[in-house]
Amino acid sequence: MTPENNLTGQDTGRRHIEHFVADLDETPLQATDKVKEENAPSSLWGEAWKNLRKQPLFIISVIMILVVVVVSLFPGLFSPIDPSSEACQLANSNGGSVAGHPLGFNKQGCDVYARVIFGTRSSVTVGLFTTVGVVVFGGIVGSLAGYYGGWLDALLARLTDIFFALPLILGAIVMMQLPVFRANRTVWTLVLILVIFGWPQIARITRGAVIEVRNADFVVAARSLGVSRFRSLLRHVLPNSLAPIIVVATISLGTFIVAESTLSFLGIGLPASVMSWGNDIQAAQASLRSNPLPLLYPAIALSLTVLSFIMLGDALRDALDPKARKR
Amino acid sequence: MATYILKRFLQLLPVFIGATFLVYFLVFSLPGDPIAALFGDKPVNAAVAAKLRSQYHLDQPFIVQYLLYLKSIFTFDLGQDFSGRSIAAVLGEVFPVTARLAVMALIFEGVFGIAFGLVAGLRKGKFFDGTVLIASLIVIGIPIFVLGFLLQFFIGVQLGWAKPTVSSAASVQDLILPAIVLGLASFAYVLRLTRTSVIENMNADYVRTATAKGLSRFRVVNVHILRNSLIPVITFLGADLGTLMGGAIVTEGIFNVPGVGNRLYRAVLSGEGPTVVSIVTVLVLIYCVSNLIVDLLYAWLDPRIRYDS
Repeated sequence: MTPENNLTGQDTGRRHIEHFVADLDETPLQATDKVKEENAPSSLWGEAWKNLRKQPLFIISVIMILVVVVVSLFPGLFSPIDPSSEACQLANSNGGSVAGHPLGFNKQGCDVYARVIFGTRSSVTVGLFTTVGVVVFGGIVGSLAGYYGGWLDALLARLTDIFFALPLILGAIVMMQLPVFRANRTVWTLVLILVIFGWPQIARITRGAVIEVRNADFVVAARSLGVSRFRSLLRHVLPNSLAPIIVVATISLGTFIVAESTLSFLGIGLPASVMSWGNDIQAAQASLRSNPLPLLYPAIALSLTVLSFIMLGDALRDALDPKARKR
Repeated sequence: MATYILKRFLQLLPVFIGATFLVYFLVFSLPGDPIAALFGDKPVNAAVAAKLRSQYHLDQPFIVQYLLYLKSIFTFDLGQDFSGRSIAAVLGEVFPVTARLAVMALIFEGVFGIAFGLVAGLRKGKFFDGTVLIASLIVIGIPIFVLGFLLQFFIGVQLGWAKPTVSSAASVQDLILPAIVLGLASFAYVLRLTRTSVIENMNADYVRTATAKGLSRFRVVNVHILRNSLIPVITFLGADLGTLMGGAIVTEGIFNVPGVGNRLYRAVLSGEGPTVVSIVTVLVLIYCVSNLIVDLLYAWLDPRIRYDS
């Protein structure tokens, strides 16, 4: 219909009404479109929560993570012996399980159970803070690249590619040996180095998620109502691209715990004076053939911790990915 | 296609240059003198230090050093390490060993990952599928050095089925156990990827058509479902080659494999900057090339993808 016709149609329409569609009362549209109003509207997160509550994998992993967190916050509650202050008795070297020392002793005569309990904290601290750092830094880079596009995207994507080409452990090994870092090896230097080499993955995920959302109707609507670009990124785009970031971050937390213990195991992570599962595994490695138990227990603790984060990530992915849910 | 290859190549060039620059910067330019560190606790011999500095161009401004290094890469003249051996000879010694290890791991994860993933996908929701899914999570969850020690202890020492450590020749037979350890985590990924992909393709229209045409189940599964499901899996495997070679440090340490990871680790510990930089450069190169090959494979495997636009 041309504009002229439209105008004349409006003029004459009042006198002569022509129906091109069937009358409303013939097809009860309201009936077919009717939404069950007693059902509360459910968001992605509401749906996910309903889904997760029924998943044994989710429940088990959450319980395991809670236990690990409580142990790392209050190790004293779980072990009356403080292995850092109590001098280990060499007389107990490689001793078996006795009353009060359920997991026996390592080569230095330290209580293995107490060391496993007190070693939890460094692993959890490194894993948690590295993940926070990686999500903040990778999230900023990824969302700026994905949202603004253009030359900024090209630049940031190349930067991400460059860091992606260097594997986490490889980069961390090279960096930990630099004189600056060798001099003060603490939990925080480890966090810094793991963030430097760990952020590209989150950046890529965030970029992809932001690109998917940035042209959605509600974002365009908000922009046309006058919301500024940056504000719509913060208020509308980011909250709606969180799901994949949370999934990957949860799984990465496990990966960073592995990275910390791998570096400590290689002798270039935390110094031997700091209690950590990686250090204990490294120390027990020499007497593996005669007494494998001091290696086995921290290894089991490490594996269960990492496993719980990977299981949680897997459960979250199932719950948050509507595409996977359909199958 | 030619323009696509050229475009991808031009995209990888900055990655290669950026990554080598980064490593070169980290090793040679952060505070701390790599030459002084070589002397350890002994007093620094000024004449020797000056000779080493000029040999590795450390007396030049940083950007000149890096450009000279780039030139040495492109002329295949990597120079000598601190003990006077040709770095190219060192690389020629260790890279074949790690390449053998990585390819064996790749074959292991490819064959078993695809087989288990296919069966699990075809029996979605059944007992086998559930077991395999949980088992793969556990495999991903156990750190590689824990797995390495467990397998070394139980299979190598207790049962005596394989040698717990590798001889200096690093023959294929010696490398079976390390290759399995190296490939286990990726095996679990391949399995899950194949399973998801198979489940996705099982309900595709062309599979229904193939079944309706009266093709046997065997043919439908092997020709129609499997071949189409392998596209993401093969791209994963291609990209994994670079990861495996760079990530073999721990596995090589446990089984005493005389490969890249072991050499790199020793070079890092003893502060041999030139060796570290050379090894990382080759690893980055392998990463770039394997990614390029993956992109080309993708185009070749899936004719629906057109790269000309």
